[in-house]
Amino acid sequence: MDFFLSRYRNLTVLLVVISAQLVLIAYQVKSNNSVPLIRVWAVTAVTPVEQGLEVVRRYTWGFVEDYFVLLGVRSANEKLRQENGQLKIENAYLKSELGTADRAKALSLFQAQSPSKTVAARIIGNGTGANSKVVFVDRGSTSGVESGMAVVTPEGIVGKVVDAYPTASLVMLITDPTFGAGVVSQRNRVHGTLRGQGHAECIVDFVQNEERVDLGEWFYTSGDDRIFPRGFPVGQVTAVRNGKTFKEIYVTPSAMQGGIEEVLVVINGVHQEIPDSEAASPGYKILAPPPSAVTQAPQETVQPAALTTDADRLREIYKAAGDAQHHVYGEGVPGSRPPDFTKVPGLRGAAPPPQTRPPVPASPGTAPSTPGGPTEAGTAKPPAPGAAPVSQPRAKAQTDKAPQPKPAPRPTSPILVTDPTDADPASDAAPPPSAKPGKPANTPASPPSNQ
Amino acid sequence: MTEYTERLLSESPRKHAGSRLRTIWLLIVPLVAILFEVYVPRFVPFLAYLELPLLVTVHFALSRGGPISAVFYGTAIGLAQDSLSHQPLGMYGIVKALVGYFAASVSMRFDVENPVVTFVLSFFFYFFHQFFYWVLARALLGEAVLFDAQQTLIFGLLNAAVALPLFRILDKLKGAS
Repeated sequence: MDFFLSRYRNLTVLLVVISAQLVLIAYQVKSNNSVPLIRVWAVTAVTPVEQGLEVVRRYTWGFVEDYFVLLGVRSANEKLRQENGQLKIENAYLKSELGTADRAKALSLFQAQSPSKTVAARIIGNGTGANSKVVFVDRGSTSGVESGMAVVTPEGIVGKVVDAYPTASLVMLITDPTFGAGVVSQRNRVHGTLRGQGHAECIVDFVQNEERVDLGEWFYTSGDDRIFPRGFPVGQVTAVRNGKTFKEIYVTPSAMQGGIEEVLVVINGVHQEIPDSEAASPGYKILAPPPSAVTQAPQETVQPAALTTDADRLREIYKAAGDAQHHVYGEGVPGSRPPDFTKVPGLRGAAPPPQTRPPVPASPGTAPSTPGGPTEAGTAKPPAPGAAPVSQPRAKAQTDKAPQPKPAPRPTSPILVTDPTDADPASDAAPPPSAKPGKPANTPASPPSNQ
Repeated sequence: MTEYTERLLSESPRKHAGSRLRTIWLLIVPLVAILFEVYVPRFVPFLAYLELPLLVTVHFALSRGGPISAVFYGTAIGLAQDSLSHQPLGMYGIVKALVGYFAASVSMRFDVENPVVTFVLSFFFYFFHQFFYWVLARALLGEAVLFDAQQTLIFGLLNAAVALPLFRILDKLKGAS
């Protein structure tokens, strides 16, 4: 035995050391308890030096950094002024909106604010470990920090305290492979378990393939883990696909983007409601498209605001004309007899120009009314040339019945101009432009009475 | 046996100079290495690949030549690293004890002053360290961590490249002390 020990002394020492550490690991794993003394020594030896280095860095490198930052401050100032002006306008708008909101809504808005008690902390160093993502913060048990407390930023959750020492705490980030937290999706309220992967993206596990999770959907803490209060943002879904049993959902943590320097340790968490989808939008409001957006199209197309109504009305009139003549649109071979569109009031304005030209100067009263006037709404309405052909038949018709120049139809009247000579039943449904319901009568209202 | 291999298999001058290592350097150098590991990557994330505590352990083992002292030195550095992580104490301790033992054993056979030998040993021990840590994490803790062999090989080369000037600096410090 002595020979063996002396012959293999090195190997024996190695085995003894390794065995001792294996026993140490087994004890820690089985009792789920660490050996605090060694850790306290190490942390107490390292963190003061780290804090000193951080102070030195802040006052030296920070000074140099500030100098370079000041170089571009003029342009930044100009940019900020513009931004400030925009924000003032936005602020005035939001204030007016808030003023119009009812009291209950405003109250619920205030109630949505979380009353969780937190303590601010600064990250002073990384932890060691091949794949682990842990950091040290400069708040420890003397500041009220305890193991298991949540660590958040306004952007989202950061991690949890795994060890609290007197002067510092060890925080496991949510990207750590051993991290887990209960989460719930915002839109579909799908529950899952957030797990770190050792890199920037996390994965939400244990979501059945049948559940629905949308791309871009936000995940919030569910509060099921008893660590993170419900309602803190976690991140946005960047990829979803079905797995064997569970979905593979990849989430980009919202708090980890751009790095973190200062965090909040939640001393006393209070559950919150998960906001609605609109509230989770990226911080700006997108208005609904304006109702008259289509009227921004070129002028010759249609008349603003009355487009839909007039088009529908025109369609109805065509349909009625077709019905009256027992014609079904879309049937018949090419070259077959179409319905007699001359029975449709207003379309006679499409008559050949040679006949239309002369009456235009002859009826000066109609001329001003035609440009921009509604009579062309059903047809293409070029600004000046198109006005003449449409106004011409009406002028012609009017000169047939009444030689005096007639006042132009009112500007808001529809496309159709009733020809009094046409006694079509379909046109009965559509009264003359001046007498159409819902249109304010003005000077052109007189033609029917004249007739 | 050629002259070159004879030189490789000859005894290392580091072993003779090893006794000059002072206790203070034995404490300060690992502390600086650990501080570097926990502090610098915050501002230069690219440097997170550097495993300075491992390189310090390898350098000590190659310099001293005694496997027992290398085992205890590696264990101490590993336990200090474990203390700053959330893993159970002993994970790095075991791995670095093995690295120290094997590095010290190797130093008895090779001329570790040779840069090529130093480079190869540093690369090998980095890979061994990472791989064995991964094995322990899976076997003892049941963690389903991934082992990216390609990335580990690249990082091993980078660490080996850093090891060459680092060992020279440490040798100079040792000589100065």
